[in-house]
Amino acid sequence: MTCSIAVERLRKCFGDVEAVSEISFSVHQGELFGFLGPNGAGKTTTINMLTGLARPDSGIIHIGGIDCTSNPRAAQHLVGIVPDESNLYPELTGFDNLCFCASLYGLRKAERQARAWELLDTFNLTKAADRKFSEYSKGMKRKLTIAAGIIHKPEILFLDEPTAGIDVASARQLRQLIIDLHESGTTVFLTTHYIEEAERLCDRVAFIVSGQILQIGTVEHLVQPIHAKHVVQIFCTNSIPNIQGKLSSSFPGLAFTNPKRGLIRLEADEQISIGPIIRYLEDLGAEVVEARKMRHSLEDVFVRITGIEADAMRKEKEKKGGAR
Amino acid sequence: MKLWIAFWNILLKDMRTYYLKPPNISWGLIFPLAWTGMFFIKTGSGMESILTLLPGVVAISILFGTTSMLAVTVTFEKKNRSFERLLLAPIPFELLMLAKTSGAILFGTANAFVPVIMAVFLVDLSQVVWTAFIPAVFMIAVASTFLGLFIAVAVSEVFEAQTFSNFFRFPMIFLCGLFFPIEKLPIFLKPLSYALPLTYGADVLHGAVHTGNVLPFTIDLSILGVFCVGLFMVSLQNIRRKWIL
Repeated sequence: MTCSIAVERLRKCFGDVEAVSEISFSVHQGELFGFLGPNGAGKTTTINMLTGLARPDSGIIHIGGIDCTSNPRAAQHLVGIVPDESNLYPELTGFDNLCFCASLYGLRKAERQARAWELLDTFNLTKAADRKFSEYSKGMKRKLTIAAGIIHKPEILFLDEPTAGIDVASARQLRQLIIDLHESGTTVFLTTHYIEEAERLCDRVAFIVSGQILQIGTVEHLVQPIHAKHVVQIFCTNSIPNIQGKLSSSFPGLAFTNPKRGLIRLEADEQISIGPIIRYLEDLGAEVVEARKMRHSLEDVFVRITGIEADAMRKEKEKKGGAR
Repeated sequence: MKLWIAFWNILLKDMRTYYLKPPNISWGLIFPLAWTGMFFIKTGSGMESILTLLPGVVAISILFGTTSMLAVTVTFEKKNRSFERLLLAPIPFELLMLAKTSGAILFGTANAFVPVIMAVFLVDLSQVVWTAFIPAVFMIAVASTFLGLFIAVAVSEVFEAQTFSNFFRFPMIFLCGLFFPIEKLPIFLKPLSYALPLTYGADVLHGAVHTGNVLPFTIDLSILGVFCVGLFMVSLQNIRRKWIL
């Protein structure tokens, strides 16, 4: 499989602080790759090194097959970058901003105007085309910044926290746009602190903490070790006396718990067949309303590997970037 | 062709966003008027002194116009991170910075002709050597712009850029022979005068307007050219060192 991004032993220090510590990874062509980590983990520094905004202290970078180690700007025509903060020109209108960004990639006037209208339409910003960027809402600014990042149809797109600090509806729309870009063949390098977002979108993810990649792989691959345990939760509207004991004696090999009234939780090392258990419970007079096989999430894996509570990471980021 | 499109649009964007804004146009008109008026009042002389004052007013108009604008176009864009957008574009870095500074060069050149146009209505400019005057104006605009770039890169806030600029601008007014001949300066200040780019620009302007130049035009313009290249290269080096970490 062709690599769009290949990084070997990439290292970057700021004074005594090692921001990125000899990381190595590759992103395949057409892949949607997630880069997950808390604030200060080294995500943005990595993106800056990959895009030529920062010089690595050591290591090798290949972008689109071009060796960018000695000339970081060599592959800039191949990449689009959406930074973590919207950095378009406040004095220009949405349309003019897009046209200007297109001109930086050498698109001719008719071509850049057509592309700008196309993207404004895609991002539902046509009505705001003539408004100054400074007058846009946070969600609109984010959308226009992404539009500016893809104005030249890049082969590789770097998205740094694309949904941070925007409302739920806009975030949802942006996620769909990322999926569409991915489906159209664009290689997407996504950094995010929303783990569920990475889980939903990415083909593969890497966890980076304190400048080091702790784990890398597909979501299924990462979740697999803790998937070894099968968990089912059964919800009843009523409570049966000594239900835990009765179930344990009738279904040996399954571990039952009754954490709260009406909730029965069972765990096993193998697949659990729910049908007989529900029938047994109904025979005992339980009114079963729901039985759910619990799936371990990427967040569980992240917490297990990094020791960082995902919720704390999200709140910290939202404090910095505004509420989503 | 692609690079030319990028170059032209960066220049056009800066002209529209910064240089052609009413406050800047009024600055370009009022500033030379204020300087001219100030020197008239100070010297108490009549119309005959206009030709003596003209080179100084022209040079100051360029110097203040260009250095002030660079503080906005570069420092401000660096601060709000829109400058990163340019750094990420597939344009050679040198060309990008030339595009970014071209607007200020044009603005400075245009500023220079405000006092000239005013002088046309007051005195006879027929003996002015335009073939020396116009290249001098352009070279002073380029040198001042690159000096502004050097200053803009050295600071992180717009107000810092303006303050820092004054450390260069005001000594230049008095040390470059714009209004006071260098030969009348104290001996210890003379070497400093010859270390400033505006000295050579002012010398050409004086020579072009009233044949009062010390060095031949070609020498003056060549030295000014060396200053332009030097300031530009040092500024680029500083941007690479400070902004591309």
